[in-house]
Amino acid sequence: MAVYRVEVSAAQGPQSENAEVAAALREVGLADVTRVRLSRLFFIEGRLDADTARAVGERLLVDPVTEHLAICGESDPVPEPVGGMVALEVHPRPGVMDPVAESTLAEVRAAGFAVEAVRTARRYELLTQAPRDPLLRAVGRVLANDCIEQVVAGTAGVRPAPHPPAADSRLRHVPLTRRTDADLQRLAREAHLFLSLEEMRAIQAHFRALGREPTDLELETIAQTWSEHCVHKTLKSAVTYRGAPLPGSGVSGTETRRYGNLLKDTIARVTEELIAAGRGPQCLSVFKDNAGVVAFDEQTAVAFKVETHNHPSAIEPYGGAATGVGGVIRDVIGCGLGARPIANTDVFCVAPADWPQDPLPKGVLHPWRVLRGVVKGVADYGNRMGIPTVNGAVVFDPRYLGNPLVFCGCVGLMPRTAIEKGARPGDRIVVIGGRTGRDGIHGATFSSAELTDTHADEFSHAVQIGNAITERRFLEAVLQARDAAGGSLYTAITDCGAGGLSSAVGEMGAEVGAVVELADVPLKYAGLRYDEIWISEAQERMVLAVPPGNLERFLAIMRAEEVEATVIGTFGNPPEAAPGDPPRLVVRFRGETVGTLDMHFLHHGVPRVERVAEWTAPAVGAPATPAPAGPAALDRLCDELRRPNIASKEWIIRQYDHEVQGGSVIKPLCGPGRGPADAAVLRPRLGTPRGIALGCGLAPHLADVDPYWMAAAAIDEAVRNVVCVGGDPARTAILDNFCWGRTDDPQSRGALVRACQACYDFASVYGTPFISGKDSLNNEFALDAADVEPLIDVLRSRAERRDTDAAHLRAILPDLAARLRTRRRLAVPPTLLISALSLIEDVARCLTPDLKRPGDSVLLVGGLPPTDFAPAAAAAVHVAVAGLIRARRVNACHDVAEGGWLVSVAEMALAGGRGVRIASAATPDPFAERAAAYVVTAPDPSGVLDPLAAAGITCAAVGTVAADPVLAWGDRRVAVADLAAAWSRSPH
Amino acid sequence: MRVLVVRAAGTNCDLETVYAWELAGARPERLHVRRLIERPALLDDFQVLTLPGGFSYGDDIAAGRIFAAQLNRHLPDALRAFVDAERLVLGICNGFQVLVQTGLLPWRGRTGPRACTVTYNDPPGFQDRWVYLHGVSDKCVFVERGAVYEMPIAHGEGRVAFAAPADLAALQAAGQDVLRYSGPRPGEPNLHGEPTNPNGSTGDIAGLCDETGRVLGLMPHPERFVTWTQHPCWTSQPARPEGDGLALFRRAVAYFQ
Repeated sequence: MAVYRVEVSAAQGPQSENAEVAAALREVGLADVTRVRLSRLFFIEGRLDADTARAVGERLLVDPVTEHLAICGESDPVPEPVGGMVALEVHPRPGVMDPVAESTLAEVRAAGFAVEAVRTARRYELLTQAPRDPLLRAVGRVLANDCIEQVVAGTAGVRPAPHPPAADSRLRHVPLTRRTDADLQRLAREAHLFLSLEEMRAIQAHFRALGREPTDLELETIAQTWSEHCVHKTLKSAVTYRGAPLPGSGVSGTETRRYGNLLKDTIARVTEELIAAGRGPQCLSVFKDNAGVVAFDEQTAVAFKVETHNHPSAIEPYGGAATGVGGVIRDVIGCGLGARPIANTDVFCVAPADWPQDPLPKGVLHPWRVLRGVVKGVADYGNRMGIPTVNGAVVFDPRYLGNPLVFCGCVGLMPRTAIEKGARPGDRIVVIGGRTGRDGIHGATFSSAELTDTHADEFSHAVQIGNAITERRFLEAVLQARDAAGGSLYTAITDCGAGGLSSAVGEMGAEVGAVVELADVPLKYAGLRYDEIWISEAQERMVLAVPPGNLERFLAIMRAEEVEATVIGTFGNPPEAAPGDPPRLVVRFRGETVGTLDMHFLHHGVPRVERVAEWTAPAVGAPATPAPAGPAALDRLCDELRRPNIASKEWIIRQYDHEVQGGSVIKPLCGPGRGPADAAVLRPRLGTPRGIALGCGLAPHLADVDPYWMAAAAIDEAVRNVVCVGGDPARTAILDNFCWGRTDDPQSRGALVRACQACYDFASVYGTPFISGKDSLNNEFALDAADVEPLIDVLRSRAERRDTDAAHLRAILPDLAARLRTRRRLAVPPTLLISALSLIEDVARCLTPDLKRPGDSVLLVGGLPPTDFAPAAAAAVHVAVAGLIRARRVNACHDVAEGGWLVSVAEMALAGGRGVRIASAATPDPFAERAAAYVVTAPDPSGVLDPLAAAGITCAAVGTVAADPVLAWGDRRVAVADLAAAWSRSPH
Repeated sequence: MRVLVVRAAGTNCDLETVYAWELAGARPERLHVRRLIERPALLDDFQVLTLPGGFSYGDDIAAGRIFAAQLNRHLPDALRAFVDAERLVLGICNGFQVLVQTGLLPWRGRTGPRACTVTYNDPPGFQDRWVYLHGVSDKCVFVERGAVYEMPIAHGEGRVAFAAPADLAALQAAGQDVLRYSGPRPGEPNLHGEPTNPNGSTGDIAGLCDETGRVLGLMPHPERFVTWTQHPCWTSQPARPEGDGLALFRRAVAYFQ
């Protein structure tokens, strides 16, 4: 065996220098870096000589026009950099997924070369005088991630790949039955089980009754299945609320209200009631599958799911976001018998991108790095999958510094006959897609814990790297097997996500039982213990139930699509079980039983707790921002457009393929000036007019006033967004994603109760059923004690700025600083993302916000205070605006959001490249946030004003569209080009 | 007229490419490249071969590299015979990258190391945006000389580059650089602050054909603009009866009539 290092670098010329990397290094303090050269390294290991290694390089690895090649053997010295440059190499840590290496190895072998292994790495040559340590630190900050990569000063040389240690596959039991409470708690913590004492006691009681100790695998399986991530214990718990009255309750003083199951009594209840009343879109599958499903037409259904991938993205933004996208796509592929993904959505909550580089709390990645990384992760995965990323949002708030939030959504289309599924006894358990490795171990339990400054080290194995093409392959293959002549070749499918095989097989076999042989699971490399195979969250795997009679045909399709598929067991109880025995999960390794669990205990044994929730209104009111009224408001307009929460997201949108599949009708940027779209519209069946609109809403800033109104505003915004493009509020379904801090104190749970109650109150009046949801709790960062005061100093200096965001921060700072000092934890503001999907009869009737025709009237429709408004009053506005659009009375429509109506008018102007003569005696506060408000333009204002007046909805004429691109109001004028320039400013 | 749309692992624009061919009046079929490798004679039944967009094999190593290596290993003679038999080949985006990597574009007749490549964008990074294309010659079956087409690009590796300036000159002299990035009027710059040449491509080349004019590769996506509501400004501009991209498919169909 020999190893060769093949270095591929850009040939001399303007393209050989990497200016971007040099700029990034200067940004983190390596001020003198002027030149950077990047090259790619391939380590090729096998029975080959230098000439063969060169042939591999020339045939496959190098571009003869733009690159050149250098080959080194084990005994050759690696060439030193020339011209005073210093070299650094970045190598993936052993076991980290390396998609390029995998593809290269497969192709090199297919070409007939005797190659055993391929690894890749990157080499940077830099011109800098910086000493070694600051250099390594800077590189670690911007060019590499310590958690998955190793940075080597100079060269790591040419060596064979390290071999993983041999696995100890002896069966291990965990002494549990005789532990004290304190011992149980210590075990939960040290084994990273993240179970409460009550839960540990329930497990102890179960095994005491069995008269034996659990195996490590059994304990892990229970921990994964009972994790907050998998069972949503908090949202499903019984809770008694005591505190400020809930709006609409009529109670004064303190209200007490009990919920037997918070989720069921609020969010799920809306859907049940709306279905019973025949309102909303036709719901076909809600809250039980991997995604929610509504009818698209007589034959077709549409599935929608939104997931979070917060903790992995905090540690490794690129990989965390990419695998978040990969996971939610698998949810859709694994919904029913499988849906074809047609669109992705993405929403990020991060700290301001212009945060100082120093001081940054230990264990925190800079928000600009986080944002760039997650955008690239979403782009690379979604683009490779061939799924357009069409809708999203970015929210900046300092409290996301330790815990950025990453929401990834996926929409799919499926035949209505493919919604039901269920594994039957005797069906083979088949795992398809990627191989299993040590990556992603403990993801489900890790995401249920808070982050600390040591998490990056402790849990680096929980970070996963994706390989989209593996997923793309099985997408094609699964849909072929679903649509096979004579019916689907499998009876059930689910994705292998959090908890890995333990969750997937455990769930699919919950009613029938399952017997698994772990030694049959295909592995990336030798050396995995049986429990690692069982809980690994290696990406791009699905589990299917295939009846034995279909197995050959099923496997033939997988082979034809180059998808690895392996039978790893059989659904149903083992043959030795008596008929009528309750379903059991039996796990074996090389024939030896390493776990036997009662399915009922596994899925229903988690102790239900009774919790108390409290809430008192905070002293903070809505931040008072003295706003200039009348023409003087134009003086401040550019500042408002520059606010990161409002400014253009074009730099993100361009990185996403938002047009693949050819179905996009309303794209994220509208008009010649590329203004912001309110929602995306897709026509998923080319050649037919029916479409769907996708929008989203979130308003975490209102959580500081009252989480109830935060939730109401999110629902209102999501509905407004789909209405703006032509969606029908009566045929709109919504999804909830709760991201909270810890919920171990009553006040935090009180916030949750208020948000859930708002979901019920508003969705039931709006007629928008919830069809799917997910929550992510414990989004808190435990700070190192030394980092608390420096963090407060940064917050204080930001609060002294003069913009609107600073005013908000000033309002919350005293309380925030006090909590940072007492608890040493930074929690995200309670954040609820609402995603909306609305059906559209004919996409040719859709609307965009860009101003179109000089002379059109600009009208402000609706507008309620952002808190304390009646759901019915808001719903009436949405229905009325949708009616105006349907009747073609308006030719542009835009949502009024956080920035107020003048910002909306400015966005419409810059999108259309046209101006507005603002002429209004009594316009409302231009920058005030409003609920249920729209700006529309109409050739004939009476066609808008009359029906609205008849419906009792306020409508104010704001001005007239002008051909010359200037906003003019009284004596003030702003060029639309200046608005566009302010709006397009980078957040960094 | 029958069109074979060949896909590999990671191809992802195959369905809309099939739809575009159908709208143009052709009979397209999708086929995995593995099936074609097993039975190269399948090609005999088709008049047009299309390599659609996507990320074949993840674009690992470089865009289209592995797909091209497979074609060169298993089907070099079959592909050359296909073009020699007066049939057409269309490579879109990743399909273009593959055709250049195989050497079928732009100079099938040349031997020696490749002199043309499609490589990383300048400025770097993937981008999705709409561009104008100017048909600069009548060399190619698919493209009308003097026409201006609007369609989107979506790629990170679309910059055409040559080993030597003489290679570009030779390509231009032969009229093989059939599609150039431009503004709304031929040869003029773009409007509204949009770049004219979005990826730094040498000679503003967006698409090029082989010596015969029967093999076309282009980075932009004609299959994404076949109906009017696919245009980013369809709600504000006067409607067109169909998308500009459909013209390329129609000309290919007309070629065989």
